[in-house]
Amino acid sequence: MAEYLWLIPTLPFIGFLINGLGGLIYKKVSKKTLNRYFVSIVACGLVFISLLLSTVAFVQLANMPNEHKYIEQKCFNWVTAGDVTTTGYYDKVPSKTTQFKIEWNYFFDPLSAVMALVVCGVGFLIHVFAIGYMWDDTGFYRFFSYLNLFMFAMLTLVLGNNFIMMFLGWEGVGFCSYALIGYYFHKKSASDAGKKAFIVNRVGDYGFSVGVFLLFMTFGTFNFKELGEIIGKLPAETHFGILSAVGLLLFIGATGKSAQIPLYVWLPDAMEGPTPVSALIHAATMVTAGVYMITRASFLYTRSYLSLEIVGFFGVMTALYAAIMGFFQRDIKKVLAYSTISQLGYMFTALGVAAFSAGIMHLMTHAFFKALLFLGAGSIIVAMHHEQDMQNMGNLRKYMPITFWTMMAAYLAICGIPPFSGFFSKDEILWQAFARGHKLFYVIGLIAAIFTAFYMTRLMILTFFGKERIDPHKKEHLKESPAVMTIPLIILGILATIGGFLGLPAWLGENRFEKWLEPVFEHNYNNPVFKMGHYTHSFEMMMAGVSVLAALLGFFVAYYLYGKKGIVPDDEKNWGRLWKVIYNKFYMDELYDALFVNRAKDLGNAFSAFDQAVIDGGVNGTAATTRGTAKVSSWFDKYVVDGLVNLQAWIVQTSSGILRKIQTGVIHNYALAVLLGIVILSCLYIFR
Amino acid sequence: MSLYNFLYLSSIIFTLGVIGVLIRRNILIVLMSLELMLNAVNLNLIVFSRLWGNVVGQVFTIFVVTVAAAEAAVGLAIVVAIYRHKDTVNIDEVNILKW
Repeated sequence: MAEYLWLIPTLPFIGFLINGLGGLIYKKVSKKTLNRYFVSIVACGLVFISLLLSTVAFVQLANMPNEHKYIEQKCFNWVTAGDVTTTGYYDKVPSKTTQFKIEWNYFFDPLSAVMALVVCGVGFLIHVFAIGYMWDDTGFYRFFSYLNLFMFAMLTLVLGNNFIMMFLGWEGVGFCSYALIGYYFHKKSASDAGKKAFIVNRVGDYGFSVGVFLLFMTFGTFNFKELGEIIGKLPAETHFGILSAVGLLLFIGATGKSAQIPLYVWLPDAMEGPTPVSALIHAATMVTAGVYMITRASFLYTRSYLSLEIVGFFGVMTALYAAIMGFFQRDIKKVLAYSTISQLGYMFTALGVAAFSAGIMHLMTHAFFKALLFLGAGSIIVAMHHEQDMQNMGNLRKYMPITFWTMMAAYLAICGIPPFSGFFSKDEILWQAFARGHKLFYVIGLIAAIFTAFYMTRLMILTFFGKERIDPHKKEHLKESPAVMTIPLIILGILATIGGFLGLPAWLGENRFEKWLEPVFEHNYNNPVFKMGHYTHSFEMMMAGVSVLAALLGFFVAYYLYGKKGIVPDDEKNWGRLWKVIYNKFYMDELYDALFVNRAKDLGNAFSAFDQAVIDGGVNGTAATTRGTAKVSSWFDKYVVDGLVNLQAWIVQTSSGILRKIQTGVIHNYALAVLLGIVILSCLYIFR
Repeated sequence: MSLYNFLYLSSIIFTLGVIGVLIRRNILIVLMSLELMLNAVNLNLIVFSRLWGNVVGQVFTIFVVTVAAAEAAVGLAIVVAIYRHKDTVNIDEVNILKW
């Protein structure tokens, strides 16, 4: 009944094959790159069909009764191997022998539906925007083939019904991220950033894969539904047990992919990629994979309080820490990168307090407004001819009204001003943290909200308001971007404005978003982590007011400094040590270099030295031995074997040297010899 | 005239031819000495042909004369060639066929 489900990820893959392989072959054959209209129609069209199919599946799902909201399509058995004996879970789940089998099945449940719609929807808009952004690039077809491959991997991650398919998608998006960050591979910084992203993610993926296999060794299945049914019956762990271990290992994977402390370092550097890539991969979709994964594994996390606490703690610390690092960045995309890390921290905070639907809600609204902010930044960057330093911007609202107004919507959304989407989702997270008794998370989250408002206001004022600090040469060509870029901005602007109404807080009405996701968490309902304190609606409303006040506080500080006093990034240098430490990101990259990168290099040097001394020594020793024996053998050959041969030659030469003297060449001698011969023969004849 | 006289004569002529071949340096003289030796043999053949009344010896002599004529032609041609080549007919100086 849902035979089309497999098409949702496969269509972008077909697009990848057409544009990627086709483009490559076409270039080899005709020495020309693929027609850009053709590439854009294939790439965007196929993603759009995926979006339509997701919508169809979504409608189908919505019409199902709540307890059966689950569509599955079996495709094929991917891996079928021998039997495995599981260890079992203490005395609760017995050990059993089962076949090691990985199925390639797609499934659609309320959580997948949200993710698929966000990925396809935002992905499609960014594809369209990228047509305008990348139009003049020579690698047009290459860019879109990577983008389509990314969509395939991301949708496999979201729609796969087991951990291994998720892992495949997980690695796939990681690869596409690497390829697209290093898209301008002729720039050393870009290729370095790609490598950094890939290597840092390896650390996380290691944890993820170990966690998945530990889970399999314990329960004997990768399937989410089966795991949910088995683990859903177990009591929560009071001590550190297997579930906590798995939870922490999976969280290591999530910190890598979703750029949380301590593995966040790759995301700011990832801004070397083209801006649509930053919007799609490093803001809206890929980096939220960790949030999706933990929500998908909620049956596991709600049975390990320790893991939840750690997830929440790292999340909220990241939210605060990344917000601080965003303060004084000069590059417009770097500010947005730190902002992304910070917002992802919010999502993890939500997961940490078991407010999964709030986390996913924030994931969705964040996808809208952060994609919009990045695309707006991309629009500015194109108009300014690849100028990214905010020192050289200012008063751009005069030149780019559509970009300005759409970014304004996203700005209000991220700051949490009602009724924009970010207000509802961020406030829900803070409220749930408070109501479930995590007061510390609430306070830190609130401080991070102040900081968020501060750096975002700074960004908006420096780019769109104040004095014009634009290079006069660039000013001549400064104009609004074409419709292919502004229409996605407008659509995203509308979504960022109204997206929050899907999940209204309790004091305003029904939270439809939470209700929609309820079937996903059905195994967890009697779990104590979901217990909320009892508060009145007016108290909740007051707390929302506090959040708004926090945002306004951040706004006014930034307005005073950058609006009223007219400070520009160049002036910030006079602020002494505070500025220096924050601008240099707390010297974290330097610390990581000192702790890991250079140590890894040392290890490499040590291995190289070992290689040179021992391995090469062995090889050289063999060579020396061979040479020695060869010398002896050669001596024997030269003096004994050759000597015998030469001796014979010498004997012949010496004797012939004597005998050949007979050949005088003088006829008289020969005639004499003949005569003598006759005389002798005659004598013999006569006197015989 | 006894048989021995003829044999002495032919021996003397032959010996003179041998000595001429061995000691003379002029190649023409050597060739002539060769002719002497051949004719000494011819003389012997004829003497014995007369003695025994057998004509084969005379026939053989005709053959020898014929061969000697051919030999002289070839030999003189070689002498001319050597002279052209080396500006000499001195047999001592024609000794490149040696070790």
